[in-house]
Amino acid sequence: MASIAGFGRYLPERVLGNAELARLLGCEAAWIVEASGIEERRVAEAEETVAVLAERAAKDCLEQAGVSASQVGLVILSSGTSERRFPGPAAEVAQRLGLAGVPAIDLPLASAGSLFGLALAAQLAPMYGTVLVVAAEKMSAVARGEPLDRNVAILFGDGAGACLVSGGSGELEIVDSALHSDGAWAEHLRLEFSGPVQMDGRSVILQAARRIPAAIVEVLAKQGVEAGAVGTFLLHQANRNLTERVAKGLGVPAGRFFSNIQRYGNTSSASLLIAASEWWGPVALETGDWVCFAAFGAGFHWGAVLARKT
Amino acid sequence: MNEEIQRKLVGIVRGIAGAGVNPEPDESLFDAGYLDSFALLDMVAGIEREFNVKIPDADLNPRRFDSLERIGEYLQSRGV
Repeated sequence: MASIAGFGRYLPERVLGNAELARLLGCEAAWIVEASGIEERRVAEAEETVAVLAERAAKDCLEQAGVSASQVGLVILSSGTSERRFPGPAAEVAQRLGLAGVPAIDLPLASAGSLFGLALAAQLAPMYGTVLVVAAEKMSAVARGEPLDRNVAILFGDGAGACLVSGGSGELEIVDSALHSDGAWAEHLRLEFSGPVQMDGRSVILQAARRIPAAIVEVLAKQGVEAGAVGTFLLHQANRNLTERVAKGLGVPAGRFFSNIQRYGNTSSASLLIAASEWWGPVALETGDWVCFAAFGAGFHWGAVLARKT
Repeated sequence: MNEEIQRKLVGIVRGIAGAGVNPEPDESLFDAGYLDSFALLDMVAGIEREFNVKIPDADLNPRRFDSLERIGEYLQSRGV
């Protein structure tokens, strides 16, 4: 058994609104909202590395959960935008948290990375105790380079989210997961060592709109639960229009899908945990309430994780 | 592509992009502005419904759905 002990987040202070971005890109601010639902996104300063963003989200998570860093037995860090080929930022983040010597694993999966981290943490927590899952991305550094693609440049922002998974019973039990990968689509969404993110948006939307609902149905079916019984869906914040399609595909009111994409844009793997952190604070769950996490991204990697209030 | 398939495909495109559109068989439905990323979802759903075929995820490459001709070729490969 594993359960979620808390979430945390960090968003850089600098706000890049659609009006400013539209001037840079030579497009209309209204088109950005229509195409994505995004009104503004955050941009990290140069000194705010992926590790710095991750450290701040992790500290927020530990503080929110009332857990000391010394209790963490494993760190899993997701980022598709780390500054080096190796080492990835996981070990540095652990060291910054005073956890030198604690195992730290990098997951360079991009968008679905935090979901995979969450699912892996649930499996590993009984062995390692409290697992800290962190996702941090500096997408602004790779989304608006040359050759410029407006459809990509409008989407992305910077930020970090974090989650604590403990090996015992807790407030939100992780019940099951369904994870998938298909490398046949690797070229359709990628970030090379130089150059900006390259995305076949049609392909991504087409696949995501099918595979996200399928993964959700799959993980729910394993527990004999219908989509309509789930009170909250927490998705990777990729595109508001996509979220609405997923809701429609499942036959679930869109209002059950927490959304903050309008304020932060798509922060790749960080978005799921940033959304969860904002949702978690004021929410009042009742025993037995179902919560479903889901994500889709480069790889393609996708899946869903099901949790229940105990 | 036979006329019946083309007529049905044009009907699906018109249902999405408007009754007044008249796509040419080799015209890019995206470049012409008839479809965007999300309208493509409706196009695929319309094809599955109209031709009673299930298009597997592995076949969902947008290039297959770029023009009426390409869609027709795909449907032919599926035995429609």
